Amino acid sequence: MSVFWITLIAIAIACVAYGVGRQKALSSSRGDPRKLHSLPSYYGWYCFISSIVPALAILVIWLFVQPMITTQRVDSVLQLPVEASVGEKLAAKRDVQSVAVALDRGLAQGVIAESDLPALAENPSSLPATLAEADISLPVVVTPQLFNAAQTFRDLSSTLNTGLTVAVILFAVIGAFFGIRRCAPDFRARNLVERVTMTLLIAASVIAILTTIAIVLSLVFQTATFFEQYSWRDFFFSATWSPVFQGNSQLGILPLLWGTLYISLIALLVAVPIGLFSAIYLSEYASKSMRAVAKPLIEILAGIPTIVYGLFALITVGPMLRDWIAQPMGLGSSGSSVMTAGLVMGIMIIPFVSSLSDDIINAVPQSLRDGSLGLGATPSETIRQVVLPAALPGIVGAILLAASRAIGETMIVVLGAGAAARMGLNPFEAMTTITVKIVSQLTGDTDFNSPETLVAFALGLTLFVITLGLNILALYIVRKYREQYE
Amino acid sequence: MTDISAHPSGKRKTSSLLQLDARTKRRNAAERRFQIYGLVCIGIAMVALVMLLVSIFSGGASAFRQTFATFEMTLPAETLDPDGNRNPEEMAKVTTIGYQNVLRQGLVTAVRGANIVPEGMTDADITGMLSPEAAADLRNRVLNNPELLGQQVEIDALAHGRIDGYFKGRVTMQSAERDANVTPQRLQLAQAMADNGLMALRFNWGFVTKPDASDQRPEAAGLGVALLGSLYMMLVVLVLSVPIGVAASIYLEEFAPKNRWTDVIEVNISNLAAVPSIVFGILGLAIFINFFHLPQSASIVGGLVLTLMTIPTIIISTRAALRAVPPSIRDAALGVGASRMQAVFHHVLPLAMPGILTGTIIGLAQALGETAPLLLIGMVAFVRDYPDGPPAGLFDPASALPVQVYNWTQRADPAFVERSSGAIIVLLAFLLVMNAVAIILRRKFERRW
Repeated sequence: MSVFWITLIAIAIACVAYGVGRQKALSSSRGDPRKLHSLPSYYGWYCFISSIVPALAILVIWLFVQPMITTQRVDSVLQLPVEASVGEKLAAKRDVQSVAVALDRGLAQGVIAESDLPALAENPSSLPATLAEADISLPVVVTPQLFNAAQTFRDLSSTLNTGLTVAVILFAVIGAFFGIRRCAPDFRARNLVERVTMTLLIAASVIAILTTIAIVLSLVFQTATFFEQYSWRDFFFSATWSPVFQGNSQLGILPLLWGTLYISLIALLVAVPIGLFSAIYLSEYASKSMRAVAKPLIEILAGIPTIVYGLFALITVGPMLRDWIAQPMGLGSSGSSVMTAGLVMGIMIIPFVSSLSDDIINAVPQSLRDGSLGLGATPSETIRQVVLPAALPGIVGAILLAASRAIGETMIVVLGAGAAARMGLNPFEAMTTITVKIVSQLTGDTDFNSPETLVAFALGLTLFVITLGLNILALYIVRKYREQYE
Repeated sequence: MTDISAHPSGKRKTSSLLQLDARTKRRNAAERRFQIYGLVCIGIAMVALVMLLVSIFSGGASAFRQTFATFEMTLPAETLDPDGNRNPEEMAKVTTIGYQNVLRQGLVTAVRGANIVPEGMTDADITGMLSPEAAADLRNRVLNNPELLGQQVEIDALAHGRIDGYFKGRVTMQSAERDANVTPQRLQLAQAMADNGLMALRFNWGFVTKPDASDQRPEAAGLGVALLGSLYMMLVVLVLSVPIGVAASIYLEEFAPKNRWTDVIEVNISNLAAVPSIVFGILGLAIFINFFHLPQSASIVGGLVLTLMTIPTIIISTRAALRAVPPSIRDAALGVGASRMQAVFHHVLPLAMPGILTGTIIGLAQALGETAPLLLIGMVAFVRDYPDGPPAGLFDPASALPVQVYNWTQRADPAFVERSSGAIIVLLAFLLVMNAVAIILRRKFERRW
């Protein structure tokens, strides 16, 4: 029985416990709920919890233990040499599993009968061909040993699975029984239920922390493995990026970092003036109706997925820049270029700059404007000399947030910037970024022991640190500024 | 007074309110310029948006239409069902190649019968006009309905991608001369067939329902598996991120004491919202695939990664919604004897529900368009089989809508550019619907206190 159904059964038992517990509490007070300490449904919930919690706990523990037991038994049947590497063991385990799964499917579809199995155990090499008749592919050379291991795996799994089902149902019923027994008028069901709820609430808010810890741990551990195989000096200070999958590759981050910063710079040069001027116009000059139309339209730009911008760069902006500017001026002949990616990314981050700046400009107290206008300044002079200086820290924060967004952006640069790692100044040449290389090193068949794959984690860690630093700085500036006027 | 004596000549500068002096004119001009800058910048942003949408829609609209060859032929029962008992299981022994020969024969007969074949065109040349996928379609149709055998049926066969490109203006006579996959003669024949009603460009449901097709068959590629994969991932995100996000926000907003620990959680959440999406992909690869050994390219892994990305968004909007409920509601509930938990769950949460719902939909819309993390967990794989129904299907390999777009952009045949734009139209349509629902919900249920 699959885990899903076992869980459903446990939940069903718990639901029954809810009903019984509630009824028991009501009847123990002789139908007068006022005599109960808590509302009747709290007794029900108490029974629900006392039934489902032990059942799910045993389920989780079992799911962790079961692979250990099966692996041990299968290993003893396979008799792998002691000196076999982790990779070989994993591959053998995967083979055993695929044979077992294929056997199950074969039996289910009737290509093999249960009675054929002993004969197959003698001569299992015909198994893939037999299964292929039912469109079950089994790309493994089946040795008798492997077949036996797969059989052991199947037997053990089905035994353990039955055990799991029985254990879960047993625990659910026992839990329900104990819960129901405690339902009496003076039992403080609500307090207990609320305590459990509170635990759940706290657990949910800890998940955010766990995510961060998981990110940091997964990046740091793999990066440490990478630096065992590759010198960190070469990684941070070498200006050559040329991964070779046979080994002996040069993995310097500098060209990637240069590409990332160059593209982000162009993006900011596009987005900051446009975003800032739009925000100023919308908050200081625009009529209410214009604001109601223009502001959502600009924010649509923030809601469009980045893959759409990537495609826009690839099929429209790239060829346009190449045909109209780069080629006539002899600057390059590539559709994907720093300019393409930067321009499109700039469009993408316009709304970040504009809506954040808009909030910040609106937060500048009206009295400052009134004072300046009262002295005879024109509105634009007021904005330039009073509002903007007052809003400056916030705007800087907004720009930093936009910059971190630009540095971490992936799809636009994957489709628009190209894959050549080089450090040049010509913006119409293809360059590449950290995110592009993370994608290219980690997609496809990857071997998690080679520096060419592990470098992606070091790149990811660098990216994480840079964006985190920018974010923290920006939040700090924005918060500090907000305090001034509130 | 000192001011007056500062002008020893006694000549005062005269000015009039009715006549602007040079300096005022300059300042007014600067004012106008400043306003124009603002308008121009808004204009640029609008133009960029319009260009983006126009380029996607003009490039992608044609993906929803496909060229089909339509002709009548008799399906020979003796070749397609050698046993003659119309049993689909036995008929399945006839492979696609058998159907291909039948289909080609039918096309040649139909075209020669209409007498429109250009001089010197061989039969093999004519049959190259059909997509290799057309035979598989016919096979499925016959296996689903064996009674068709031996009857005169109307065939709708997918035309080859280049023929389709000719009707969409992508392939011309000139380009066909240099192309190994098509000849100018075939294009002439295609034109003649279209004039005779044997070939037409029609709406193609297959683009939305069929699975992806190989590099060589852009005409047959569809979004079916990707849509299903995206749907599964959204289910996972919805089921996991909403309870977790809402529970976390309730704790932080209503119960958490103000101390260092909750400060850490808050800073953490706002930072998590700004972590680049690709880093979440690395997390998914390292934790879910390498550590927990969940299958690659399965929608469960994609769903889990997107859940982690969506939780901060949901927390931020839920907290805003909870904060908008006035404290008097809580006070009233506590005043009539509710516990704090009861006050929150019975009174505050229901009142905050519209805001939470809006935030959830917007978070889901973001997750739907997310691409980069999915690339790292193997969703780029070429998947042709539909995943099973949930829950088992969550562990089957699948694709996702935005990843399918990326996948198609990486292929050589220019016909895939049209299809990736088409896929984006589908994606944008979903986002539009989701955001519209969010806006309607907000309008309808928003309460001002």
